[in-house]
Amino acid sequence: MSVFDGLKFRRVYSPIHNLDPRIKFIYVLAIFVIAIIFWELIPLIVLFIIQIPFVVLAGVKREWLRSMRGGAFLASIIFVTNFVVAYFAGRGLAESLENAIALTLRFIVLIESFSIFFLTTSPDHLGLALEQTGMPYEFCFAFTTAVRFVPVLAEEAQTIMDAQKARGLELERGNFLKRIRNYIPILIPLIVSAIRRSLELAEAMESRAWGATKKRTNLYVLKIHKNDFFLIVITIGILATAIFIRLYVPIPSLNQLLKGIF
Amino acid sequence: MIEVEDVYFRYPNGVEALKGVSLTIKNGEFVAIMGQNGAGKTTLVKHFNGLLKPTKGRVLVDEAETTKVSVATLARKVGFVFQNPDHQLFCETAEEEIAFALKNFGFKETIIKRRVQWALNLLGLTQYKKISPFMLSGGERKRVALASVLAWNPKILILDEPTIGQDYQQKEKLRQFILQMKTQRKTVIIVTHDVEFVAECNPRVVLMREGKIVADGEAKEILTNEEVLTQASIVPPQIAQIFMQMPSLQLPKNIIDVYEAREILLKMLRSDAK
Repeated sequence: MSVFDGLKFRRVYSPIHNLDPRIKFIYVLAIFVIAIIFWELIPLIVLFIIQIPFVVLAGVKREWLRSMRGGAFLASIIFVTNFVVAYFAGRGLAESLENAIALTLRFIVLIESFSIFFLTTSPDHLGLALEQTGMPYEFCFAFTTAVRFVPVLAEEAQTIMDAQKARGLELERGNFLKRIRNYIPILIPLIVSAIRRSLELAEAMESRAWGATKKRTNLYVLKIHKNDFFLIVITIGILATAIFIRLYVPIPSLNQLLKGIF
Repeated sequence: MIEVEDVYFRYPNGVEALKGVSLTIKNGEFVAIMGQNGAGKTTLVKHFNGLLKPTKGRVLVDEAETTKVSVATLARKVGFVFQNPDHQLFCETAEEEIAFALKNFGFKETIIKRRVQWALNLLGLTQYKKISPFMLSGGERKRVALASVLAWNPKILILDEPTIGQDYQQKEKLRQFILQMKTQRKTVIIVTHDVEFVAECNPRVVLMREGKIVADGEAKEILTNEEVLTQASIVPPQIAQIFMQMPSLQLPKNIIDVYEAREILLKMLRSDAK
């Protein structure tokens, strides 16, 4: 569950937390696009490094590191498959190594930016952002509720696992198919209680007059501040530079660079 | 026998739930673990069947350290009934639900059949054996969960909040049942907030507060000790409160049993009449 830990929001105040979620999202999308258009190692390293100031500014180093660690398993799979495929396709050791590292780093950059976004944006803020971009309220509400219930569900899954283990269930026993079947005693109670909870939630909402007025007002209204403009400028700057480099600047591989030096 | 030696436990999210707990529970003992929400009661009992392993210190169940045995092995000895039955019910019928653990432990088919029958009968569930547990009421589901653990006849039984959602009659049945377990030299550990239920059962009481044990002793002594009770945010049983609030009558302070109280009051009234 440590992957989810890295996405869990904690209420603290920092310049990053106070940014408009819409702008932050655009920033994340920009990083996403840049990570996709480059497959060379050097720009991806740069991309990885330029996000670190955000983490430090937001004061979420510990959680961020945890989400990185959570992604380590998938990252290692990506590394191994890429390396093996490239190596056996007849590319040199150094080249396939660099290629594999680059693709792994691309994945890490994606996790990094998403984790920064989710770590510094409260679910309420996210819902507010959706709502104020003109999304229908029902949809926004469903979305924020879903996000908010992820940790609850994770905790419940843990309790159910404990309860079934206490009845002698061994999850790690048997062959592959048996192992999947071992999860039935966990999935059924989890799904049943999720459905039950959603029905209860619906009743609780109805009894608190949900949807009584068609036109809703909000206590908080998102406004673009000075810092948000700053982030927009940074985002556009990074994106423009990246596209320019992609189109007009040849990118040396690390191997070539090292050969050039020695 | 369960031995807890200076156990500390910290959850992955950094919350330190147990801060140096030491406790010995002998075979055949009946123990109630009480304390406010978040005192670490459930965390402590989850150490007894190895669901949680101490971050410091050690827990021994029949001299075997819980870190060295699998939960499934320990579970054979230590039955644990969770607070919310919905966290474990998943089968199509109550019967299958009870048989689930027995199959996991590798009992023979004929024995499984007999044990299921026995457990259904014990908790008054025979009429529901072909019914889906999800169709039953909250209290009945709780009994199915209890039956599903009792079926394999564990030596040590842990009940987390067994009285929640049970009417008085069911509580009384539960009490009788626990007493019966006691005569069979089984260890019963309950985690509860239900002061009146504990007062009626008169077990050994362990009071917890903020991850530590603040008091341990006879229910009679602990549940009438106002000082430790306020520490653990527990109100004394009603009968003890009445006795405490009549200081001029010079009644004994350590009474939690209604029948005992009645005897004392009657004796007093008779001697007054003379």
